[in-house]
Amino acid sequence: MAFKATLSRREFVKGTSGLLVAFSLTDSGVLPRLLAATPTETVDSPSPDRLDSWLQINPDGSVRVFTGKVEIGMGVETALAQIVAEELDVRPVQITFVMGDTSRTVDQGGVGGSTSIMLGAQPLRNAAATARQLLTELASRRLGVSPDQLEVRDGVVAVKGQSTRSISYGELAGAIDTNDVLKATGQGFALNVKGTGQPKDVSSYSVVGKSLPRVDMSPKILGQWQYVTDVRVPGMLHGRVVRPADTGAQLVSVEESSAREIPGYVKTVVKGNFVGVVAETEWAAMRAARALKVVWTQPEPVFPEQQHLYEQMRSVTPKSSKETLSKGEAATALSAAAKKVAAAYDWPFQSHATMGPGCAVADVRLDEVTTVWSGAQKPHALRKGFAELLGVPEAKVRVIWVEDAGSYGRPGFEDTAADAVLLSQAAGRPVRVQWSRADMTAWGAKGPAVVYDMAAGLDVRGEVTAFQFTSRAFSGGDIMYLPASAGNYLGAQLTGVRNTTGVDEFAQWGEGTMAYRFPNIHADAHVLPAFFATASPLRTTHLRDPEGPATTFAGESFLDEVAAAAEVDPIEFRLRYLDDERLRAALTTAAKTYGWVSRPSPQKLGSRADTATGRGVAIALRGGTRVATIAEVEVNRRTGALRVKRLVCVHDCGLIINPEALGGTIEANLIQSLSRSLKEEVAFDRSRVTSIDWNTYPVARSSDVPDRVEIVLLNHPEIAPTGAGEPSTRPTAAAINNAIFDATGARVRQAPLTPARVLAALRSSGPA
Amino acid sequence: MSPLALKVNGRAHMVDVDPQCPLLYVLRDNLALNNPRFGCGLGQCGACTVLLDGRAVRSCRLPVSLAAGKEILTLEGLGSEGNPHPVQRAFIDEQAFQCGYCLNGWVLTAKVLLEKNPHPTDAEIRSAFAGLVCRCGSHVGIFNAVRRAAQSGKAGA
Ligand code: FES
Ligand code: FES
Repeated sequence: MAFKATLSRREFVKGTSGLLVAFSLTDSGVLPRLLAATPTETVDSPSPDRLDSWLQINPDGSVRVFTGKVEIGMGVETALAQIVAEELDVRPVQITFVMGDTSRTVDQGGVGGSTSIMLGAQPLRNAAATARQLLTELASRRLGVSPDQLEVRDGVVAVKGQSTRSISYGELAGAIDTNDVLKATGQGFALNVKGTGQPKDVSSYSVVGKSLPRVDMSPKILGQWQYVTDVRVPGMLHGRVVRPADTGAQLVSVEESSAREIPGYVKTVVKGNFVGVVAETEWAAMRAARALKVVWTQPEPVFPEQQHLYEQMRSVTPKSSKETLSKGEAATALSAAAKKVAAAYDWPFQSHATMGPGCAVADVRLDEVTTVWSGAQKPHALRKGFAELLGVPEAKVRVIWVEDAGSYGRPGFEDTAADAVLLSQAAGRPVRVQWSRADMTAWGAKGPAVVYDMAAGLDVRGEVTAFQFTSRAFSGGDIMYLPASAGNYLGAQLTGVRNTTGVDEFAQWGEGTMAYRFPNIHADAHVLPAFFATASPLRTTHLRDPEGPATTFAGESFLDEVAAAAEVDPIEFRLRYLDDERLRAALTTAAKTYGWVSRPSPQKLGSRADTATGRGVAIALRGGTRVATIAEVEVNRRTGALRVKRLVCVHDCGLIINPEALGGTIEANLIQSLSRSLKEEVAFDRSRVTSIDWNTYPVARSSDVPDRVEIVLLNHPEIAPTGAGEPSTRPTAAAINNAIFDATGARVRQAPLTPARVLAALRSSGPA
Repeated sequence: MSPLALKVNGRAHMVDVDPQCPLLYVLRDNLALNNPRFGCGLGQCGACTVLLDGRAVRSCRLPVSLAAGKEILTLEGLGSEGNPHPVQRAFIDEQAFQCGYCLNGWVLTAKVLLEKNPHPTDAEIRSAFAGLVCRCGSHVGIFNAVRRAAQSGKAGA
């Protein structure tokens, strides 16, 4: 495993011939391992129809795989290695990866939407199958036997039953012509290639489906891993940025003199409202940024009072609106209903608040090639954006992805890199920018706030006859998830570049996620105008499963209200309206694993003790993946304090590549989504975001972690794998919320589920 | 700027730095040690944890001058590939992390905890970790790793 990390991060390509790669290992000491020979001419991404764009074989038989997908801390590199090893008949440890280097990997759209395995693995699988076929055909000619008499093990092709008559991939690879071997279709996430090689049948898999250790885990724990924070380039300066005091403030003046006294200070960079400093050392840059006297205008406040946010969201005229689902006559059926339930739910702005606040190194060379090292999820898109920002052709920009902290969407690593580009351009030297905690938590783009209004009608038998759903959201696409334009970046916006690539993204109760079969449904969705168009700290973007957790919180909490009105057990009630077999199976498996006893919520309160315990369920369907989560919660009725004691999550994403790594990702996802459910809410005043650190933007800590977290994976080898990075984020908040209701009869309708909100709900639900 | 003698992972170094500069930046930028990581610079998360004379400290807030003359241990110095520290072994066996950016705090705090208390209860584990952040939510794997290390009985060594 460490072999892999060492190799892939230190290799220098000398040139290739056919499928064979000639390389030398160079360990140049501590500095700078990641500085692979930067080409000085053009640096175009390789063409997808060449086989060696996807994989190359070293003389020793080890295999290098090139992919535009990147690792964001969930183990995708290991899963991709298993998929390629399976098709190629090599051992996974023989595989090393080059990920997300725009001049060495095909543009696969980067990482997003939980698609890396679902879509991103396909071209690799097909390329590997084709490589295996070409290699075996060649071996058959060299060994003088027909291909069906050959078998491949660990990259050695041998005559069946005669292991001495063999030839290795390393010996064959140089003679394989890789030109035009593959046919490419689609683009970005959907890019696929096909060759003459047929991928194996799932029934013959021996590597896929195994719990191999993650390739990055051991070197990380041993302290040998290099993140983008550890990229060091000769001549590199350190940069820090200074943000406007208030949203919309214009720069009045910058007084450099106090910064100048700091040893190592190099210069202050001002471009419009973008202000930064560069210095010889990180410490000097931090001190200089603090010492700089920057005067800003005091503009009119652009945000509402936070306590009026949701009212304001319900009253403002939407920017755009659409009907996302219409079936039957919901309005008519609702007015004819024997019993009506209506409720409003609210979800706050949330911050990615990544563990490392974002780091990048940029070496801008306008007359040569600009190189940017960044941990953002979509390196090829960054390349386009930086070319625009610098006003140079794309062929003059190379982005090299190096892992940063877990990113969960579009956190701001993109903006960090743009800051580095702006500072390097002005300084004429390579610049490393490390964002501060406040840069990330307060100034990173946010997951959007959303409000929901729902109503349902029941007939006399307690059957749902009508369902209505309306959402009003800030757009998760205001800052486009593809950071492929200059206006996408905070720093560029501060220099005056406008964001022109935003799109309206709706919080939908639509076809894709609609799992319940009610006879009459009407759903519409609205996108609200942003409070402020340029460089707003409340600008919105993708945060792990864009609007999914919010919509599932609202929809699945409300469904529980309807089940309670019908006086039916919440699982039984859901099953009545669910056709999807796999979702039904996930739900019933969750019930069995938990030991769910059928009864309506809330429980009948036998005692008046301070604490009450309840259980709640929620389900989600996302991009083909099914999830059912059950939470058990203990609530203190006097204080509103709550503790999630147990989580059970059943997860079905089709074929499982690596059960242990998948389980780990889901487990962590449950804790992160628990954090978002219980704690996370971006605070702001009328001019600024006031969540600036871990105290003002609290997240789950060790004391919040449930005593028991149980994951059940339902494997479907016959179904192509779907995503796993995001789906289990969805049901957690509603499952916890429904457990609070089950325990106490009090219904919370705003996230996060803080003690204050629980207490308020307890008070308004009458005497307990 | 003034010259300072530091002892890191058993090796002596002379550095010429502002004595007020936090230890974190000296380790990272002057000595090219990657492992103490910048998470907040505010003492709130633990990503910058190193051991100072065997105690877990947050290097982002500690002026380097206060570390002079003490034994500084970073994650790099804890164990090696062929000979991981038993606590590292347990974290590897549990595949405990997601991105791993936070892990200096968790692994080094676990080491200190198990030295003092070789068989901590769940409550003691949680309270030892109270000041640490893992944004990915790897806590369940982390707690399992601590239990595993405790069971191995070697972690206090
Ligand atoms: S970086 Fe030192 S505690 Fe967060
Ligand atoms: S594993 Fe990513 S922050 Fe802990």
